[in-house]
Amino acid sequence: MSEFTVIETRKVREVRKGATRKHIINVTVRNEFGVLARIATLIAGKGYNIESLSVGETHEKGISRMTIEIIGDDIVIDQVVKQLRKLIDTIKVRDLTDIPHVERELVLIKVHTPTARARDEVLRITEIFRGKVVDVSQETYTVEVTGDEDKIRAIVELLKPFGIKEMARTGKIAMKRELGWEENPQD
Amino acid sequence: MSRKGADIVIETLIEEGVEYIFGLPGGAIMEVYDALYRMGGIKHILARHEQGAGHMAEGYAKATGKVGVAMVTSGPGATNLVTPIADAYMDSVPTVFITGQVPLHLIGNDAFQEVDIIGITRPITKHSFLVKRVEDLPYIIRQAFHIARTGRPGPVVIDLPKDITQQLSDVPIPSKEEAVSSLIGYKPHLTGNPQQIKKAVKLMIEAKKPVLYVGGGAVNAEAQDELVELAELMNIPVTTTTQGKGAFPEDHPLSLRMLGMHGTYYANMAVYNCDLLIAVGARFDDRVTGKVEEFAPNAKIIHIDIDPASISKNIIVDVPIVGDVKIVLNKILEEIKRKGAKILYPKEREEWLEQINKWKKMYPLTYKNSDKVIKPQYVIEQIYEVTRGEAILSAGVGQHQMWAAMFYKFSFPRQFINSGGLGTMGFGLPAGIGAKIGRPDIPVFVVDGDGSFVMTMQEVITAVHYRIPVKVAIINNGYLGMVRQWQELFYDKRYSEVDLSVQPDFVKLAEACGAVGFRAEKPSEVREILEEAMRIEDRPVIMDFHVDREENVFPMVPAGKSYRDMILEDGKSPDVETMYLVG
Repeated sequence: MSEFTVIETRKVREVRKGATRKHIINVTVRNEFGVLARIATLIAGKGYNIESLSVGETHEKGISRMTIEIIGDDIVIDQVVKQLRKLIDTIKVRDLTDIPHVERELVLIKVHTPTARARDEVLRITEIFRGKVVDVSQETYTVEVTGDEDKIRAIVELLKPFGIKEMARTGKIAMKRELGWEENPQD
Repeated sequence: MSRKGADIVIETLIEEGVEYIFGLPGGAIMEVYDALYRMGGIKHILARHEQGAGHMAEGYAKATGKVGVAMVTSGPGATNLVTPIADAYMDSVPTVFITGQVPLHLIGNDAFQEVDIIGITRPITKHSFLVKRVEDLPYIIRQAFHIARTGRPGPVVIDLPKDITQQLSDVPIPSKEEAVSSLIGYKPHLTGNPQQIKKAVKLMIEAKKPVLYVGGGAVNAEAQDELVELAELMNIPVTTTTQGKGAFPEDHPLSLRMLGMHGTYYANMAVYNCDLLIAVGARFDDRVTGKVEEFAPNAKIIHIDIDPASISKNIIVDVPIVGDVKIVLNKILEEIKRKGAKILYPKEREEWLEQINKWKKMYPLTYKNSDKVIKPQYVIEQIYEVTRGEAILSAGVGQHQMWAAMFYKFSFPRQFINSGGLGTMGFGLPAGIGAKIGRPDIPVFVVDGDGSFVMTMQEVITAVHYRIPVKVAIINNGYLGMVRQWQELFYDKRYSEVDLSVQPDFVKLAEACGAVGFRAEKPSEVREILEEAMRIEDRPVIMDFHVDREENVFPMVPAGKSYRDMILEDGKSPDVETMYLVG
């Protein structure tokens, strides 16, 4: 069979695998029946867990904004973003992970403070973190703090030794910074 | 004028140009059926099972390009539609499914015949609506049709609570534009990025060994003329998927026919060896690619698709172009003509086509015929001859579907109607009925397997009821044949639960339903039966072809394997030296 020349080695197409990391995605939606379920179904359908989710109305009537935090493979998350864009009720979807952005979360922590010393110490830590004590009982202080992930993690770690009785977090909200990056027209 | 919500439904459907509804009534949807009775204006086909109604709507949509509509009641009516909805989602079929629902105040109460069909179908619909105010009804119906037919088409579910259909309202029917103006986040991107189009044309001109890989998106966009023009202008061979069949005529010298798991040797070798793959409205399904690492390993890839989420999903592409296939191809043609590229492209392309012709001659699609036992491929060939290649074929899922894809040459779009993505057994007959209703001018053959046929055979009654002359050819091997083939090849012939030798007498069954029944057990009987069937125009015909029980579908690329691992006729491997060119 001289008319053919055999290639010795199998050529292989590169299959891209992304890094697995935390992504923070902003989704602007029409506030219609079932929109949250649709988004959650889509993400769950990829086998991913939503790390945090916050939803609220925007200044425009009928338009809500969600901030979703997911841990996942970059490539799969890119797919998720594209599919979120395809949903009829989504208006804008943007992965902020690699874009300069501000993120904030509010946390309420009920700390065990039976002694004066504990109360003093917790109050001081709260002040250092520019938080507030929003509820007091004989046994507990409830502390409110806002901040980014690192700050919240730090105060939680500092308060743990006292005994955290309850904790509630809003989930992150995020917004891109206006300076320091170029708008991608594809977004 | 104040009228019931149900009347608004029918009014809006008429405004949308709906000619047929496929459905089956029940408690929660009765108001709409009453309005249909009182108002008329739309023909209704009463299926014998909701799944049948759903596939009929799909067959109608696939054959005509219009939106198919199915209407059923709540609860079991709605759950019986789930398979057709998923099927329409996978194959991007423009469909609107209307389900009755219990009254609003009972929703969530486990009321009689209540299911959360919106929740159940959320991952398998393009969109869905629960109607909560009667005033929204005409807007929602208009939006549903708009969403179903634009962009990448797909199924839309409208869930209609009974009380909404009973309430009175004087809301006028809005214009399309008015109704869809609130869908602010839904704007399919149609035109394609001009820079990317320029890049694509450059690659197309430079390529020595290009191949066009065409999927159902080209059929949906009605881009057949543009495809033929592009292929001929640039001398590029074309392979299609099951859903893309007919977008490029298979009797054209540049046609490579189907690629993938049961693709032709020459299509798969062309894709394996090409240096440029131009994917048009196709989505790199695993049945097409096999092992992705070895799919077109030497090629740059251009991907034209209306759905941005389809691009670089399974295979990373070099030039993505998001847009309507027809519009983008026209822009590509303009650009090529502007450059006068016909004179420019490399002369190696002639050698490439010669090479492909060698592959075509070396391993053509073939089978060993017999004069003792009917070969399934022979039946398909005879159907092709009797219909002069001009019939629409609707297929179930399994071996017969692949034989139909291989041994019938499709020459026009929407000619091969089959369940590609979901692989729904039982699809063939009801889809064929829907296709015949949509295209009464063309003969419609249903090529079915015995396993597939019995899954929806109640719809023979529907075909008799409306005197729909579909011609059903059952490729009867008494097995779940495709599963048996895999068991033979990969499970050491352990034929676990695939024997269907206990069957009804299909001739008597046909007669019992009021259809005509024929049976062929010898090859010599095949032609005569088919010719007889072609003459029957007032009722369905069921033809029971007793075929070679253990015939296999070849060529075959085992699941997850590379094109290099193709198995040819008789289970042989191709001569390895013929498979590769210098890269």
